[in-house]
Amino acid sequence: MRLKDNDILHYALRNRKLRIGLAIIAFFMLVMLAGPLFARWEARERAGLYPSAPPNSTNWMGTTKMKEDIFSQFIFGTQSTFLIGFLAGCIGTTIGLSIGFFAGYVGGWFDELLMMLTNILLVIPSIALLIILAAYLPYRGVQIQSVIIGCTAWPWVARAVRSQTLSLKQRGFVSLARISGVSPLRIIFEDIAPNMLSYVVMVFILQFGGAILYAVALDFIGLGPTRGISLGLMMQEAFQNNALQVGYWWWFIPSGLSITLIVSGLFFLNTGLDEVFNPKLRDQ
Amino acid sequence: MLQVEGLSKTYNKSSRARVRAVNNVSFSVEKGQIVSLIGESGSGKSTIGNMVLQLTKPSSGRILFGNQDITRQRSRSSLKEYYRKVQGVFQDPFSTFNPIFRVDRVFAILHREFFPNEAAEAWQQRVEAALLSVGLTPAAVCGAYCHQLSGGQLQRILIARALLLEAELLVADEIISMLDASTRIDVLNLLGEMRERGLSMMFVTHDLSLGYYISDRVIILYKGVMVESGNTQTVFSDPQHPYSRSLLEAVPRLDVRWDELPPRPASRHEAAMFNPDCDKGSPRMEQIGEDHWIAVRDCLPGTEL
Repeated sequence: MRLKDNDILHYALRNRKLRIGLAIIAFFMLVMLAGPLFARWEARERAGLYPSAPPNSTNWMGTTKMKEDIFSQFIFGTQSTFLIGFLAGCIGTTIGLSIGFFAGYVGGWFDELLMMLTNILLVIPSIALLIILAAYLPYRGVQIQSVIIGCTAWPWVARAVRSQTLSLKQRGFVSLARISGVSPLRIIFEDIAPNMLSYVVMVFILQFGGAILYAVALDFIGLGPTRGISLGLMMQEAFQNNALQVGYWWWFIPSGLSITLIVSGLFFLNTGLDEVFNPKLRDQ
Repeated sequence: MLQVEGLSKTYNKSSRARVRAVNNVSFSVEKGQIVSLIGESGSGKSTIGNMVLQLTKPSSGRILFGNQDITRQRSRSSLKEYYRKVQGVFQDPFSTFNPIFRVDRVFAILHREFFPNEAAEAWQQRVEAALLSVGLTPAAVCGAYCHQLSGGQLQRILIARALLLEAELLVADEIISMLDASTRIDVLNLLGEMRERGLSMMFVTHDLSLGYYISDRVIILYKGVMVESGNTQTVFSDPQHPYSRSLLEAVPRLDVRWDELPPRPASRHEAAMFNPDCDKGSPRMEQIGEDHWIAVRDCLPGTEL
């Protein structure tokens, strides 16, 4: 294993896509963690003297029409966007993995039932479901938004994990574990799951990025957090105040650019990891 | 000690098409006996092994171990008790070990599941003794990953595993077919030694010479049906069923060219096998000698064979 680990590390360090992805994500992690030290205002605080001021020495990224500091909004918005991605990613990955593992391993009518549920959720357009759910909640925070997104994003994970489990279940080591009297739960988590670790990591990254995009979409159509700030909300406010038409570029560029960068960074990370874990995809 | 009675396994291919993988198979394995199940791919031999190991549920029939029908008791405690006595070794050693763990994990699992009260040191000594008894150096295999060991070493680790449990019956499913010729004979002889110690074995193979070399009794299977069974010497020296005959003839010989083989006279059973007037269901076993049984099909009265 040590030998194999080094092998993976060797390819990981040499993979350009992985390095680009890591650099982008590391940059935003830094913004998220170190940013608050430099943010001098709250996201919704009246910070500047003038509304819609372009970047200047006080407000480094300018102000909004409501005299809020865009730099502070950008810092806290990045934080909550990452939080949504992380929470919703965890929820979606956990549900998808559990359903996939159990449906695949147990099989029979249990599998049929779970797959029926999965397929129903898969054919319902999730953005429509998200709109309905979000519209009926009187108060929406970042956490609730994550739960809604996480609970609707798992079906493809469940299907993919189920098929992987079906194939791993046929392997000799599962039979050996069974004739060793190991319980099904242990077989799933100690024999099958570790063999899918690289896949699980990639699923999480995809869920993470997908959740961020869904959150931005919800924010943009006005179903974002009722309090607080996020990158999507910044975009929506800029759009509603015709920032593009009147030339307030400092209002929509930071949020739009960072959403694009974060999601592309995650995409690079995912493709890079895929190449590292799957020898057939390596260029060298 | 193990009795299989009227065992069948049917798979539903679709709502209409069904595959009878195992069809009404009955046999028994006595203490210290090696019984070979011989047949081509798809003859149902591995399915029988899996049903005896309770990895596959039979469609019908009974499997008696020590006069208890094990197909009826499926609680985890009774299953565990059964696995203390009945163990298996599988065909592909590289797939039997989880590739991401060290090979000695299989012993750690046994310790945890079957001997939780035994002290770690005492257990380690028993593991080493078992490894030595199958001809392995404990230091060389413990801590290795399965891709670092040879197929023969891995299969011997699994035999050592069965020894640690003091299993009474070993289901060996094609355990040497994926080994190269030089390691084959070592594992085969090891199995012979195990028999000396009183271990019974169900030896599943497609290789006639292996079956002949090791077993006391043979059962020849064809498409899920038993076609001939009996004492190894008797069946191999005087095969009666057409399928067993063609199987034995198909073994390439060093002294006779393929096209010089003498024509084979058709037997009564061969005629019955292909006659549309004869029963197409599962045949019955007819005794034709001391410990020599052959499958026959009942034909309509007056059918000319």
